[in-house]
Amino acid sequence: MELRKNYFADVRKDDLHEIGQPRPRSDSPGHVTGKTAYFADRSFPGMLHLKMVRSPHHHARIRSIDTSEAEKHPGVVRVLTAKDVPHNVYTILILIQIGPEDETVLADGKVRWKGEAVVAVLAETERAAQEAAAKVRIDYEVLPAVFDMEEALKPGAPLVNEYHGQNYYLYDSGECRKVRFGDVEAGFAGADHILEQSYQSSPIEHAPTETTGCVVAPEGNDRFTCYTNTQAMFFTLDNTSIILQMPGSKLHFVGGTVGGGFGGKVDVIVEPIAILGAKLTGRPVCFIYSREEEMQISSPRAAEKVVIKDGVMTDGRIVARKVTGYTDAGAYSRHSPYGAQKGAGHYPGPYTIPNVWIDTYCVYTNRTPSSAMRGFGVTIGDFALEVQMDKLARLIGMDPLEFRFINAYRDGDMKAHRQPTEGAALIECMQEASRVANWPVAEKYMAMSSYAKGA
Amino acid sequence: MAKVPVQFTLNGSEKAEFIDSGTTLLNALRDKIGDTSPKGGCHQGTCGACSVIIDGELRLSCLTLAETCDGAAITTTLGLAEGGVMHPLQRAFLDTFATQCGFCTPGMIMAAKVLLDHTPNPSRDEVIEALSGNICRCTGYEPIIQAVLRAARANSQNAA
Amino acid sequence: MALALHTFATVKDANAALKAAGTRYLGGGTLVIRAANEGDVSVSGLIRSIDPALSAIAIAGGKVSIGASVTMAAIARHPELGILAKAARAVGGPAVRNMATVGGNLFAPAPYGDFAVALLALDAMVGTDDGELPIETFLAGRDGSRAIVTSVSFTPPKADGFRFLKVSRVKPKGVSVLSIAAVLGQAADGTVSSARIALGCMADRPMRAKTAEKALLGRSLTKDGIAPALAAAGEGTSPITDPIATAWYRNEVLPVHLGRLLLS
Ligand SMILES: Cc1cc2nc3c(=O)[nH]c(=O)nc-3n(C[C@H](O)[C@H](O)[C@H](O)COP(=O)(O)OP(=O)(O)OC[C@H]3O[C@@H](n4cnc5c(N)ncnc54)[C@H](O)[C@@H]3O)c2cc1C
Ligand code: FES
Ligand code: FES
Repeated sequence: MELRKNYFADVRKDDLHEIGQPRPRSDSPGHVTGKTAYFADRSFPGMLHLKMVRSPHHHARIRSIDTSEAEKHPGVVRVLTAKDVPHNVYTILILIQIGPEDETVLADGKVRWKGEAVVAVLAETERAAQEAAAKVRIDYEVLPAVFDMEEALKPGAPLVNEYHGQNYYLYDSGECRKVRFGDVEAGFAGADHILEQSYQSSPIEHAPTETTGCVVAPEGNDRFTCYTNTQAMFFTLDNTSIILQMPGSKLHFVGGTVGGGFGGKVDVIVEPIAILGAKLTGRPVCFIYSREEEMQISSPRAAEKVVIKDGVMTDGRIVARKVTGYTDAGAYSRHSPYGAQKGAGHYPGPYTIPNVWIDTYCVYTNRTPSSAMRGFGVTIGDFALEVQMDKLARLIGMDPLEFRFINAYRDGDMKAHRQPTEGAALIECMQEASRVANWPVAEKYMAMSSYAKGA
Repeated sequence: MAKVPVQFTLNGSEKAEFIDSGTTLLNALRDKIGDTSPKGGCHQGTCGACSVIIDGELRLSCLTLAETCDGAAITTTLGLAEGGVMHPLQRAFLDTFATQCGFCTPGMIMAAKVLLDHTPNPSRDEVIEALSGNICRCTGYEPIIQAVLRAARANSQNAA
Repeated sequence: MALALHTFATVKDANAALKAAGTRYLGGGTLVIRAANEGDVSVSGLIRSIDPALSAIAIAGGKVSIGASVTMAAIARHPELGILAKAARAVGGPAVRNMATVGGNLFAPAPYGDFAVALLALDAMVGTDDGELPIETFLAGRDGSRAIVTSVSFTPPKADGFRFLKVSRVKPKGVSVLSIAAVLGQAADGTVSSARIALGCMADRPMRAKTAEKALLGRSLTKDGIAPALAAAGEGTSPITDPIATAWYRNEVLPVHLGRLLLS
């Protein structure tokens, strides 16, 4: 590793002792010796295995559920349906007052995506749980489904989620998150060129090597210890407390060791139902996703669509940028209203543009609910923005890196969100990138600084 | 449920258990014998996290029935350190930052050990081939390849 | 019903046990145990035979006979089976090859069955306790077959007469986009005198490219010479669509890869 200390040398005391030094990770000795204890490395005598019966349909009304054969199956201890869950309709961001509650722990009356949990089977062995799950009879009335965000937003589209009443998340700002800065139409009118492009991405699964899951042990005093690989420990504890209507003091969560998460383990999915199972049977319970469930059921990064319209001058200045972003939440909110909002906070990218208009929508479809993943709400936006930047540079015949120098935000610039830029360092990053990548730019750009405007 | 006896050596010590017929070696090791160093990442043969060495060969314990291992000699990552001293591969994984979440690490180390047992000075391509059945989602593989090459060098220096 | 393993010393006894409902033969288990782990509860009895003959490789009188329990790794390292090493190494990663058997590969649905593709090109005979069947007949009827496969045998072609290619996206280990094996005979002038071409992933099981084979006869192995064969390569195929590739894609790239194999 190499630290370039010439940048900002005047404002930094050169007293770094840890940064730039390789330090052994505290958890590595456990990893290489096989001694690190992941959640699934705990097992308890009498532990039950939980298997989920899932919807084979993208959108359907549940006419009836018959669990009688499954309950009689040898080895089955308990079968759970929606009525067993104390507070079945929930939403995880309710902890920060982002409602409405819109998702069921176990489907009640309707399923909204293929793979949705309907019935939980608890049995002595994994095999018995699988066999019994196959005996649960559910009668569905299949409903029309919608998989495309623009289709979902059209009038007359099938309504995905009744708790919202329309196929988008209703923010306090209306049907989308909005940023308005300057006069974008005037900007376009005065621009030398206009470029409007749309960018699209598919859902992406995190595919951690360790699948999502938890092991729950009743402590015999109405308290439950939950060994979990959640990436969001207290968030999960608090939501579990709401779903099970149980004070948090009854829930002891043990975690922190995660076999790969990448944002895929922040939803509160396995813990509440496993703890409920332990509570109702009085026995330890494990609920571990199969690899197939991890790939198909756990939430992926949202599919996104980003439409960018730019006005650019032949001298390289971007004078207006309008962005419309769509985030496919799938059937339920989870983290997506926040993801779409992050998009609004992130556009127009690290560039100083005088006229900006941003709308970002969180859209419901009958697809697998999406959620967090490494920079969600931002990563796909950055892909779209930077491809757009290259296209703009090509359009006006300018070097793509020089084009970015011209538009880069610098300290003191007013951002579209009406916050002055501070500590930008983008100019310096690009200068270093130019050197390291051996992509020379004109001397005047190498002389620029994030501080002094007009250099 | 039919219980069947199985006997094998695990990391040099004798084990004898009654298990349910049809139990995978992975589940037998983890749930019955208490060696949780092999990990279950997929139970499909695709991730390699459950890799163990059976009679000198790399195997996937998730697809192996425990009762087919009667009389076998089984090695897992838990058995590699001797007298509290890490195996050169473990040391190398530590030193080259070849482990992040660590979930793939025991399987990777097993695959690497079989390679070095047969090919003490492997080429980079041989290392890649040997690790090709093991998935790591965190490190990007390069540090793992470097770790195996470094362990091979350490070995040959010891031998020299 | 819980899963249980039943082990028999002889193939005969194992065959008898396989008559019971809910049973299945266990080879290396890379597909059978995988299915059980994934929740396939249709099988409750796994049957295997540990007859040593099933693990034997015999090479005599110009004929090769490989026991059904022989693993891909054993074939890949066998000094006299060099022509098959490439096909054996095409199956999975190192651990899978230590487990995957020849017998199991004959039953593996596409995208698997790379080794069976090689055996099909080699015109192998598939042996059971009831006698031998040509591999083509065997593959066509394999869904209804309950008899334990004991061996496969074939007459090896001259070393340069056998070609094998597996196309995958992930290297070195990856599931097949397709695989191709060819046994070619050439006349003194270099023109093709006989051709057997087998394709993997171009149907639910390995299949012959018979029109392409015919189109090769009397032709030289040059770009122009093989053109009619490449044009006919897709005839009769109905490729699988899976996460690796669509049927359309497989058909589209088949002539490209067949061309590379023939010109290699
Ligand atoms: C991660 C992974 C990667 C793989 N990659 C490949 C690949 O690249 N190429 C490829 O071809 N395959 C691949 N496979 C599939 C599989 O490993 C091979 O096809 C293998 O040869 C199957 O053999 P097996 O002995 O493990 O079969 P098993 O799982 O034991 O059996 C498979 C089927 O064949 C039947 N069977 C097995 N032996 C006999 C017999 N002697 N008589 C009658 N019936 C029998 C079984 O009853 C079962 O129905 C892969 C599998 C995994 C898990
Ligand atoms: S758990 Fe065995 S290969 Fe993944
Ligand atoms: S270190 Fe996380 S999967 Fe390899």
